[in-house]
Amino acid sequence: MNSIPGRRVIISVFLIFLLLPIYWLVNMSFKTNGEIVSTMTLWPHQPTIANYMRIFTDESWYSGYINSLKYVIINTVISISVALPAAYAFSRYRFLGDKHLFFWLLSNRMAPAAVYALPFFNLYSAIGLFDTPWAVALAHCIFNVPLAVWILEGFVSSVPREIDETAFLDGYSFPRFFIKILVPLIASGIGVAAFFCFMFSWVELLLARTLTSVDAKPISAVMTRTVSAAGMDWGLLAAAGVLTIIPGALVIWFVRNYIARGFALGRV
Amino acid sequence: MDKTINNKAWFLVLPVFLLVAFSAILPLMTVVNYSLQDTFGNNQFFWNGVGWFKELLDPSTDLGGRFLASLGRNLVFSAVILAIEVPLGIVVALSMPRGGWTVAFCLVTLALPLLIPWNVVGTIWQIFGRPDIGLLGYTLTSMGIDYNYVSNDVDAWVTVIVMDVWHWTSLVALLCYAGLKSIPDAYYQAAQIDGASRWAVFTAIQLPKMHRVLLIAVLLRFMDSFMIYTEPFVVTGGGPGNSTTFISIELVKIALGQFDLGKAAALSLVYNLIILIVCWVFYTIMTHAGTERRPAEGGA
Repeated sequence: MNSIPGRRVIISVFLIFLLLPIYWLVNMSFKTNGEIVSTMTLWPHQPTIANYMRIFTDESWYSGYINSLKYVIINTVISISVALPAAYAFSRYRFLGDKHLFFWLLSNRMAPAAVYALPFFNLYSAIGLFDTPWAVALAHCIFNVPLAVWILEGFVSSVPREIDETAFLDGYSFPRFFIKILVPLIASGIGVAAFFCFMFSWVELLLARTLTSVDAKPISAVMTRTVSAAGMDWGLLAAAGVLTIIPGALVIWFVRNYIARGFALGRV
Repeated sequence: MDKTINNKAWFLVLPVFLLVAFSAILPLMTVVNYSLQDTFGNNQFFWNGVGWFKELLDPSTDLGGRFLASLGRNLVFSAVILAIEVPLGIVVALSMPRGGWTVAFCLVTLALPLLIPWNVVGTIWQIFGRPDIGLLGYTLTSMGIDYNYVSNDVDAWVTVIVMDVWHWTSLVALLCYAGLKSIPDAYYQAAQIDGASRWAVFTAIQLPKMHRVLLIAVLLRFMDSFMIYTEPFVVTGGGPGNSTTFISIELVKIALGQFDLGKAAALSLVYNLIILIVCWVFYTIMTHAGTERRPAEGGA
């Protein structure tokens, strides 16, 4: 009843449309530069893993991945731990200025990163965090914390408040209730929120590039090195691109059952 | 569900408030400060009052001309993106398989483009569209279509739009899918008993049930398409000429390229204000729509 005519065709065509450019990148990453430039081949005729080997053996390359993962993980941990209590407060209580505060938080999720690039550069240079993963992690909080609050608020609201009341009657203190009862109940919500923080921090380039120079350089900035005087190193660029897709794909696999609800910000 | 009034809840919100205030209010004050001054380098600043803002809104000046042109391009871009992605997302969500392992497969594949770093999205399409080494560009060229996103305005636009559809339609589709999943089977059974047509089921059951997630989708897609930077920057670099220079690209050019802090700051503020107003409108509609339809649900 809830299907539409030709749905198999539609979904197949759309998935092919999504996968084709990714396939092309994977395809190129296994080719030599000579093969890429000289011939048009639908699969690598002389498959090579030289591009990947270079990334795994050259420190300036693989440290980019480590740096990216560092700030993404720091950011996710900070965002979730501050957003949890706030989400609970927004879901359960009415307090002075709550609506305005919520909109103000959201408005930060909407602020263009380009606006903040320069002031952040000044701010984090002034407090000595420039070129550390902490600077990027804190900068990314500006859009991840509001998003985490938004998602978690939806999930907390779906927990009946009778559960809170029963727990308090049973003599649970607030922190104990929070950790022992609420957190396990919304575990899937926390997973989804963490997924989103990971995602938005992982894909962001502008702030990450502006706030780092040498030591904490993220992979997205390292990738620009493939442009050299000798022309583009297409194979290497493609291999580096493929490797940035893998962490995301792994994370999706873990949250696949909650992903749809999570994208609706816990609000369906 | 009635919420209790309790101002102590502020203690729970305080960490978030402090963290976001630190990363939002301090930088914003710097921006306001810059926007009223002019600089000739060497950290020397001169008071300029609202001069930059006047220039910004006057199309005859260089700054104003660039701002208004890129604003226009951004509005057209956002409109096209919404017009394509929202209907397409709904269709894809309606086409999702109903059960079995294919659901997980489709969900993971749909989510894949969302998890790719934005500059890599740009790189993928930059490669994919090249007539010499990219599948798309090569196929189009060998079919006799003159396609080159580096030199042709229209081709550049088409590339950037197709790239955005590729990148973000999944978000709309996943949101709609979540909305559709929440419709109880009883609704469909009732519709079947009433002998409702497929179209009637869509307009009377599915669309109203999806309206909440659709608003989120429109809101997110508008915001993100309005501040798009990385993907077109990587693919076209804002060219050919200025044809795909959106506001963010213009802003970064002025701020980090020319270090014209005053101009950049004034532009930032106006840019931010536009987004804020549009989002406030969306947000109000969203919360009102939520309370009208389901008065029991508190919303945000």
